[in-house]
Amino acid sequence: MAQSQPNRVYTEPASEPTKTDASTSSGGNDNVVDPPDVVLAPPARAGSRNIGDRIFQNVTFLFALIVLTLVFLMAYEMYRGSQLTIGKFGWSFLVSSTWDPVRDVYGALPYIFGTIATSVLALLIALPLSLGIAVFLSELAPRWLEPSVSFLVELLAAIPSIVYGLWGFFVLVPWLRVSVEPFLIRHLSFLPFFSGAPYGFGVLAAGLIMAIMVLPIITSVSRDVLRSIPNSQREAALALGATRWETSRIMLSDARSGLLGAILLGLGRAVGETMAVTMVIGNTSKISLSLLDTGYSMASVIANEFAEATTNMYTSALIEIALLLFIVTIILNAAARLIVWSVTRKFSAA
Amino acid sequence: MKFSKLIASVVLALAAILPSALAQMKLNGAGATFPYVIYSKWFDVYSQKSGVQFNYQSIGSGGGIKQVTEGTVDFGASDAFLSEDQMKEIKEKQGSDIIHIPTVMGAVVISYNVPAIGNDLHLTPGVLADIYLGEITKWNDPRIAEINQGKNFPDQAILVAHRSDGSGTTNIFTDYLVKVSKKWADKVGKGTSVDWPVGLGGKGNEGVSGLIKQSEGAMGYVELAYAVKNNLPYALLKNEAGKYVEPTFEGVSYAAAGAAAHMPSDLRVMLTNAPGEKSYPICGFTWLLIYKDMKDKQKAEAIVGFLKWAMGEGQTYAKDLYYAPLPKEVVKLCEAKIGTISTK
Repeated sequence: MAQSQPNRVYTEPASEPTKTDASTSSGGNDNVVDPPDVVLAPPARAGSRNIGDRIFQNVTFLFALIVLTLVFLMAYEMYRGSQLTIGKFGWSFLVSSTWDPVRDVYGALPYIFGTIATSVLALLIALPLSLGIAVFLSELAPRWLEPSVSFLVELLAAIPSIVYGLWGFFVLVPWLRVSVEPFLIRHLSFLPFFSGAPYGFGVLAAGLIMAIMVLPIITSVSRDVLRSIPNSQREAALALGATRWETSRIMLSDARSGLLGAILLGLGRAVGETMAVTMVIGNTSKISLSLLDTGYSMASVIANEFAEATTNMYTSALIEIALLLFIVTIILNAAARLIVWSVTRKFSAA
Repeated sequence: MKFSKLIASVVLALAAILPSALAQMKLNGAGATFPYVIYSKWFDVYSQKSGVQFNYQSIGSGGGIKQVTEGTVDFGASDAFLSEDQMKEIKEKQGSDIIHIPTVMGAVVISYNVPAIGNDLHLTPGVLADIYLGEITKWNDPRIAEINQGKNFPDQAILVAHRSDGSGTTNIFTDYLVKVSKKWADKVGKGTSVDWPVGLGGKGNEGVSGLIKQSEGAMGYVELAYAVKNNLPYALLKNEAGKYVEPTFEGVSYAAAGAAAHMPSDLRVMLTNAPGEKSYPICGFTWLLIYKDMKDKQKAEAIVGFLKWAMGEGQTYAKDLYYAPLPKEVVKLCEAKIGTISTK
């Protein structure tokens, strides 16, 4: 991922302008800046007395402020737009499973459940694969092979989700229905996760598609996190006689909080995925333990129903789902950034 | 100076464009996606004839109604007619009544995938409703066999498919089920989206027909135009007169003609389950939503001109684009309605 690159090498500079701006305007105390950062930062930046530079700094700060304002405005607008349902249903909106536009009764539980179920399933499938690829790329891959594998993995992230959706609809779903699901039902139907009829469409199909979509994100972020571990650690482990396997395990445990961040970033993508999921999940608002059963997700219900939502209460219910999704995504992303930041910072300081 | 030259040329260009831009009338509209194909044809042909420009955003009926309510468009389009509350809200906000003008008709076809029984499955309203209520679950249910003598039904579960996105098609379909089944009316009701008792949801006509094609034993409803274009197998439905009829454009026009006799004066009516031996029972209008009192009288005149054209020559484009044209009886009612739009 291109945007995670600066994150890896110089995490602090990216978030620095606001900080220095605040400090110069309050008297220009440069000691606020962390010691390693002083080494990395261009010397002219922090304490410039040049009027042009100060204007430049303030203007760019304003630009940065726009992004913040946008986020708050969006959150506020969604909160305002969902006043009707928040007022009428309150917290029961989160735990009721009736979604009846005809009688204007709304509860989001099946969608929340569907989003969580498919995202968790996607992570369970994608995580071991991604970590394996990341370890291979950062620790084991021969120099000539690494760039091309990295490129292919990142290419997966560049494919539009509608393409995954079409592939899922025409290839994955029929395959699941004809081959995979009958097999699962025959051999594993004693588990509640594999009972029911083989539709092809459903939570399993959605989880698989999402797994493919989050794989490149988790892979490239974890590869970057692993690479940020100083080579001296590897050399030390190898010098003590550790095998490649043991070294990789040490690297993974060193980077564990960064890897957690990678997982959360992947989860963020999964939670918000819309089109591909809509096409394969079966769009049935119900809660079922079985992976073979059909379900629904928060993003899908908004995409499906918003255009023809004619009553105010109906629109408000959909906007409230959007608000929930917004909050969940922000929390996940913030947590991921914080964790990745803390691990890369630890190592670059060392 | 290069810069002043640039400014001069921009001013000149503007001067050249402005008079023609002022002369050209531009009407903004938004709403239903279902009639988008014929509307864009109409707008194209009519603007060549009259010079009136159209800008139509097919954002869905719900969006169209919202924009009409907020007064951000000159006209709206919807597959469902406005409720009393919605009309009152528009009256309060925009100070004008809303006139519904039916433009073309659509119908809903029951398609299925049961290779063992081939074409022309017969269905009665009661059986159809009970399938969608989840009370008939197998293809070899005696109630299905009873109305399809001579066919061998497999012992297979019926996979019910419906639209997952809100749509006028669903509105027409559920309106029909409400009329023919008391149980459906009590339990589910009608709307652009409903709380389905059973079945899988597909996005759009293509999503539903994809579900049907892929799954043996599936049954679902799709837009007539879509079914005709894609040659989907369809069921014959028993209409109000007790005859089994195929879903055809003629059947739809018969239904509208049959309903014209007792149509309410505001033209807000669902055509489902219309009387008449040849009437196909699941069909409905799509409407243009017009302000009765537009602030801009020139625009009002332009809209009236367009609507009159759409009721006449416009209707001849319908069949080629897979829409059912309005029957004469309905056109007459529409023309009377168009006459009430204030242009002075």
